[in-house]
Amino acid sequence: MTEITAFTVKEALQALETGQVSSLELTKAYLERIQRLEPALHAFITLTPDAALAGAKAADERRAQLKKAGAALPPLLGLPLAVKDVLCVKDVRTTCGSKILENFKPPFNATSVQKLLNAGVVVLGKTNTDEFAMGSSTENSAYGVTHNPWDTERVPGGSSGGSAAAVAACFAPAALGTDTGGSVRQPASFCGVTGIKPTYGRVSRYGLIAYGSSLDSVGVLGRSAEDVETIFRLMAGFDPRDATSLDRPVDEPGCAGAADLKGLRVGVPKEYFIEGIQPEVEARVREAIQVLAAQGAQIVEISLPHTSYALPVYYLIAPAEASANLARYDGVRFGLREENNGVIDMFMKSRGKGFGPEVKRRIMLGTYALSAGYYDAYYGQAQKVRTLIKADFEEAFKSVDVVAAPIAPTTAFKIGGHGDDPLAMYLEDVFTLPANLAGVPGLAFPVGFDAQKLPVGMQLMGRPFEERTLFRAAHVYQQATDFHKQTPAI
Amino acid sequence: MANNQYKADIGLEVHVELATRSKMFCSCAVVDPISAPPNTAVCPVCCGMPGVLPVINRNAVELAIKAGLALNCQIAETSIFARKNYFYPDLPKGYQISQYEYPLAYDGFMLIRTSQGEKRIRVRRAHLEEDTGKLTHMNENGETYSLVNLNRAGVPLLEIVSEPDMHTVEEVLAYSHELRLLLRWLGVSSGDMEKGSMRFEANLSMRPVDCEELGTRVEVKNLNSFRAMELAILYQMKMQEETLSRGGKVEQQTLGWSEANNKTVVQRSKEDANDYRYFPEPDLPPLVVDSPWLQAVKASMPEMPAAKRARYAGEMGLNGEDIERLVEEKENVRFFEDCLAAAPALNPKTIVNWMLTDLFAWLNINGKAIDTVDPKLFVQLVEAVDEGVINQSTGKEVLVEMLESGKTPSAIIEAKGLHQISDNSLITSLVSSVLQANPKEVQSYLAGKETLANWLFGQVMREAQGKANPQVVKTELQRQLDAMK
Repeated sequence: MTEITAFTVKEALQALETGQVSSLELTKAYLERIQRLEPALHAFITLTPDAALAGAKAADERRAQLKKAGAALPPLLGLPLAVKDVLCVKDVRTTCGSKILENFKPPFNATSVQKLLNAGVVVLGKTNTDEFAMGSSTENSAYGVTHNPWDTERVPGGSSGGSAAAVAACFAPAALGTDTGGSVRQPASFCGVTGIKPTYGRVSRYGLIAYGSSLDSVGVLGRSAEDVETIFRLMAGFDPRDATSLDRPVDEPGCAGAADLKGLRVGVPKEYFIEGIQPEVEARVREAIQVLAAQGAQIVEISLPHTSYALPVYYLIAPAEASANLARYDGVRFGLREENNGVIDMFMKSRGKGFGPEVKRRIMLGTYALSAGYYDAYYGQAQKVRTLIKADFEEAFKSVDVVAAPIAPTTAFKIGGHGDDPLAMYLEDVFTLPANLAGVPGLAFPVGFDAQKLPVGMQLMGRPFEERTLFRAAHVYQQATDFHKQTPAI
Repeated sequence: MANNQYKADIGLEVHVELATRSKMFCSCAVVDPISAPPNTAVCPVCCGMPGVLPVINRNAVELAIKAGLALNCQIAETSIFARKNYFYPDLPKGYQISQYEYPLAYDGFMLIRTSQGEKRIRVRRAHLEEDTGKLTHMNENGETYSLVNLNRAGVPLLEIVSEPDMHTVEEVLAYSHELRLLLRWLGVSSGDMEKGSMRFEANLSMRPVDCEELGTRVEVKNLNSFRAMELAILYQMKMQEETLSRGGKVEQQTLGWSEANNKTVVQRSKEDANDYRYFPEPDLPPLVVDSPWLQAVKASMPEMPAAKRARYAGEMGLNGEDIERLVEEKENVRFFEDCLAAAPALNPKTIVNWMLTDLFAWLNINGKAIDTVDPKLFVQLVEAVDEGVINQSTGKEVLVEMLESGKTPSAIIEAKGLHQISDNSLITSLVSSVLQANPKEVQSYLAGKETLANWLFGQVMREAQGKANPQVVKTELQRQLDAMK
């Protein structure tokens, strides 16, 4: 029998339903495993074992009561879940990986979290992240780096590195992440798990601590497309608290009953197979595309001509928005306040001490890009090019249903591998940024390993609000392969 | 140097607190700035907590549209919110959500009335934004600190910006009063300047009268009353004129009006100007006011003061001063028009006379609002006098009793037997008995001392205990006196 911590969401829910395992047993098993292995991985910033055990116990009691009454059960009742530490969980310390929020306990739940709590989940703790989700390795956390479960000398990717590592290490059956420029997909790829970045506006951003507001999205990481879709569907939908969330009905699951990919047109953009990409990454992705073809998909070479502009455009727009989003951390109402001589001094010292170097770098970049005399040349121009990138996708989706592409140029790199070279780190995002800029959904899933047994991922991008198609394709792929079932030996 | 050598160009920026129940971007209540305890009308959104998002208050948008329409503005089908970035402890998010490039209303005008006649002042734009919190600076035994109250943070504001089309203090005051009147009329704002519901800033420059190009302008903030505005503008006009007459140059500055010293003080020079780094607010989609919405708001607009004025002056022949007293409060107009509806036969002028004199005097003394008075009862009183049931002075007494007791005028008249004596035979005998009782005065009158007629009239009215119809008494007295000649 599989260890219960290795359960998929589907298996865990079945086990809970049949009484094979209680939520309390399951939660205890995860907490024990975390306690044992966490020192080697450091996937969490904050663990909430007491609340989790109490929640699990309550879930078991509720299950008994509802069963007795013959009433319907919440769909995820008693399922343990990890939450990235940029999503607000009521009364639980939420740091964003930053010193400046070291003691911040939000008085409310993020809508995404609240919806899953309503569905019955039990929160195990808050996972590590690059500070304010700014990074691609989880090295920029004020609370220490997270190690990749496949090779603990390597990064798990980022910024949702804690969530990806937690799922890969079987610390939780699934975890919430966020994706502003690839922060769900790239760590999913590095850690060999499945992760969705939904369409912009599909999942409420309320309670997601903002980095780049026009790019941020709440996603899920899990062990299979089916698992990820189950949780995604429960988070999706319009939220009156988020004016950018859209009132679109949640589709029927794409995974259900999907047997083949006949009729699916898969576009392969030539701009994503560039020089400098690790040959094994390209090889695994091309093999995966062949698997899709074998399942009946039609493969079409396409072009997304403005892809190379995504990087400069993103690194103007996201920092510009961040420079305003992070202005609220001023020491006045919450978070860190340093000793000071007057108000300006308080602002400068609190922010100087509270923010790490990457956050400061992006605040400065963004402030500069918005400054009088530079706005048109930088922010204004970036917005114009962004519309071209979006138009690339609109054009492509006239002839294909999904776009298949690599996620990152390489597999997981060594901790400290990019040293002090922020540009090398920014290049990690080159394949993931376009989906955020265009607002389209992207689904990452494992498609094999390199020679060092490090996972390689592939992403499928789709039309806005057609996550269903991505799940269907990935599910069919996962029926035909078992890369997603591989777990690291730790 | 001659006074008329320079001419001022003055524009106003007015911040108006919209009279919504809840704040601009969250559901917190808008509370009284003075009586509400600090930080009791706050939530994670208006405190700028991490993770929160703004949602537009539709009611604020509607009030802003109303104001825009009343100011003859174009209403943008699509307007865009922007972030105005600066650090200050009363600004929770470190940016203010405002509108910048694409305001809700633009290209309007307002007609003002001055001693020189009617004048058109162009309104450049009116845009929505959120208010800041309020700081209180403390000093306890030499230790200074500041307290932050966020009750006001996020209260909806409409910023109305005029073109520099005003040239005199009179025009500035006319514009300000008329703007306040319109906003109160529409229920857009309480316009309560003492509570900061309406805050004025002036920009002012001067140029030689024969010069086409505007001079260097200063901005004057902190004009918390019409009086302060008047003094500050006169002060700046004098200062700039002196500077220019000397051949000096006016410096571009932001000034504040100091009530204590009756002068403007420099707050900021051009070099310290902020770079607010405006950019579109990514948390809010563009604000779309489509045609059905705009039409619905239009349809809900009441008749505006200008139309009332024209109607009252034209159809009803009311005088200008009375009209202004009516339209300055919408409640007055409502009362007046309710009276007209209840008594269509009465001359509107008669109603206005009673209303603006005796009724207002009583309301003033008793600190009551006009909506506590029943217009139907009020016109019954006016009719009783108009029809001669009681005379004018009895009418005043009945009015007071009616207001105090709530009884109908007819009940009061009945109970006290105040019916006016219009019976001719009764008045004839009253007059003759008075003439008989005062032979000396009658003789003097007949000898040419004609003023004694008034005295004799008074005697008759006293005998009648004021109930006699004065017109009938006057005629009868004159008839009998003439007969003695």
